[in-house]
Amino acid sequence: MAHVKLPIGPQHPALKEPENFTITLDGERVVDVDIRIGYTHRGIEKLMETRTYTQNLYLVERICGICSYAHVENFTQNVEEILGLQIPKRAEYIRTLFLELERLHSHFLWLGVAGHEIGFDTLFMYTWQDREVVQDLLEMISGNRVNYAMNAIGGVRRDVSQEHRKKVLEGMDYLEKRAEFYKNIALNEKTILARAQNVGILKPQVALRLAAVGPTARASGISVDIRKDDPYASYLDTPFEVITTDTNDVLGRVVVRVLEIVESIKIIRYLMEHLPEGDILKKAPRKVPEGESISHTEAPRGEDFHYLHSNGTEKPERYKVRTPTLANLPATAEMLKGTYLADVPIIVAAIDPCMGCMDRVLILKNGQEKPGELISGEKLRRYGIKWYAERGWDA
Amino acid sequence: MGRIDFLLSIVYLLLFPGFLFLFAFSLFAEYLDRKIYARIQRRVGPPFLQPFADLVKLSAKEDIVPEKAEHFMFTAAPIIGLAAIFAAFLYLPIVSTTGLHSFNGDLVVVLYLLTIPTLAMFLGGWYSGNVFGQKGGMRVASLLFSYEIPFFLALLTPALLQGSWKMADITRFEAAHPLEFIVSLLGFFIGLIALQGKLERLPFDIPEAETEIVAGPLVEYSGRRLALFRLARDAEMVVGAGLIAVVFLAGPEPILPLEPVYLSWLVAALVFLLKTLFVIFLLILLKSAVARIRTDQMISFAYQWLIPLTLVQIFIAIIVRFFGGI
Repeated sequence: MAHVKLPIGPQHPALKEPENFTITLDGERVVDVDIRIGYTHRGIEKLMETRTYTQNLYLVERICGICSYAHVENFTQNVEEILGLQIPKRAEYIRTLFLELERLHSHFLWLGVAGHEIGFDTLFMYTWQDREVVQDLLEMISGNRVNYAMNAIGGVRRDVSQEHRKKVLEGMDYLEKRAEFYKNIALNEKTILARAQNVGILKPQVALRLAAVGPTARASGISVDIRKDDPYASYLDTPFEVITTDTNDVLGRVVVRVLEIVESIKIIRYLMEHLPEGDILKKAPRKVPEGESISHTEAPRGEDFHYLHSNGTEKPERYKVRTPTLANLPATAEMLKGTYLADVPIIVAAIDPCMGCMDRVLILKNGQEKPGELISGEKLRRYGIKWYAERGWDA
Repeated sequence: MGRIDFLLSIVYLLLFPGFLFLFAFSLFAEYLDRKIYARIQRRVGPPFLQPFADLVKLSAKEDIVPEKAEHFMFTAAPIIGLAAIFAAFLYLPIVSTTGLHSFNGDLVVVLYLLTIPTLAMFLGGWYSGNVFGQKGGMRVASLLFSYEIPFFLALLTPALLQGSWKMADITRFEAAHPLEFIVSLLGFFIGLIALQGKLERLPFDIPEAETEIVAGPLVEYSGRRLALFRLARDAEMVVGAGLIAVVFLAGPEPILPLEPVYLSWLVAALVFLLKTLFVIFLLILLKSAVARIRTDQMISFAYQWLIPLTLVQIFIAIIVRFFGGI
């Protein structure tokens, strides 16, 4: 049979966000994959240059709906570094608590999505119900379920009370049981094994060469975890282990995430038992002196990298975000080659993609990607004005 | 007498237990399917009339035939599929020991008619002119033999034990010898699994795997034609489950000799309904506990496990028959 080109995306039920994977098929086998991004670029970096640091706290949080806190943590760390601000110990612990609660709900969510991609909707419904427990805890402490608005430059905005501590610990007891249950399902359910074992192989040396990050890399036996490699917040004080497996397949990525849920629960217990007394917020100046800073955190999906260039005013000169999904996409293309069509959704889902967060602008000429070209900001602005004027959309 | 017989046949054909009954029962089965599936998943599930409302709403929607589609085949596919299932239903014994017609070999006719909807799915997908539809159509066709052979062979067991291809004989024999069910227990479960594949339900919903090929053969269907396909799918579940209930669980038997006659008909229909619902319930349980498998996995599962096990079952049946039966 001749090769068939099957467009997975930009609109396709397997993808929650619009990106295009054009798959060349020989029967049911995938011969080649062409990934094209750029369908959902939002221009947040540019927008940030027009807002003050305080306003940007809220904008940065909206980069991602799932790992919103990892982004805001990066942003505050960057600003605090340039300001030379040492935040109170208690604030650091509360930030770590939020980072780990976020990892919990993200991993539970991912488990459900993975189940859905292989048609296991019962698992999907179960995990999403358990995820509600984490969401309720987040809402109890911060007042919000998704974008918590918890950080301020110089600390956190809300304190954790005794009552909160008790509720969090109760929630952890429940979630630990559930994590054990899901581990059993993932390792013993025949149809899950059939769909996850030896699927989407990513060899360690390939993972290293393509710079995979997060659970995707850890499932290939590479021990990368920013929490251990370059500790931030209170991870230096907190005992925990970096989970790796050496199966290199989708099942490994499931196992890594389920075991990370267990580790996160341990971390949260430790934090709740050793929460230091003291202030939670230090006053910070509105203007940030000229300087450069980078910050990276281990978001639930992998290393989240931020760069800040400040110019002495109350607005940043340049801000740059690189999310884990972008780092994992080259590895995804490698994993997809030679698999079955049926495995494409679960392999793509196994990196836990967040397309909206990572998207870049792609300039096309006659439907082809243009070779790299540097454009000045001014030229880009004129191009934008012309583009809208040509279509009659400009006022 | 001739006129009353004729009238009774019309009532049988159109109202009870004919088309209207099958229509209502199919929608009820879909309701049960969705509701129980939802309750297992800790969801609320749809209200009672939801399947009917869906059908009415779909029928009123705009009905599009894509430019690239073959108009005639695209329209004919759902109608042929539905007609074959409704025809198959008439041969099932529901209110008495026989269906509308009963003759030696009616079991084979029903099995044959139940294959046609699969073919209709393939044709509908193939002629829809959509790459997802064609991919789905190819999957439908390539999976056909992996469940059709075990399904035929499994349903052959009771016929072998009894020595007749007539469903009326099989049910009568089973009602008289309940032990026969234990001998054909393996066949019952193989029949269930194969039926799940035939209905393209989890874990065998490969041809219309939503996350892979969107909806497979149904991707271009909308409005009335889609409504017909969905009704055909529900009716196929009822007729398939009904067939298993008849062949393995003795269908409407034991029939009580009640007076007046229609009372015994009603009781028989109720017994048939309960047995069919039991089979459907097992199908729902299976659906909610598994993930979807791949095409190659399904084919190797069928040839490595289902078909050899069916042969074992047939061997058991022959041995039992040889040593004087039950």
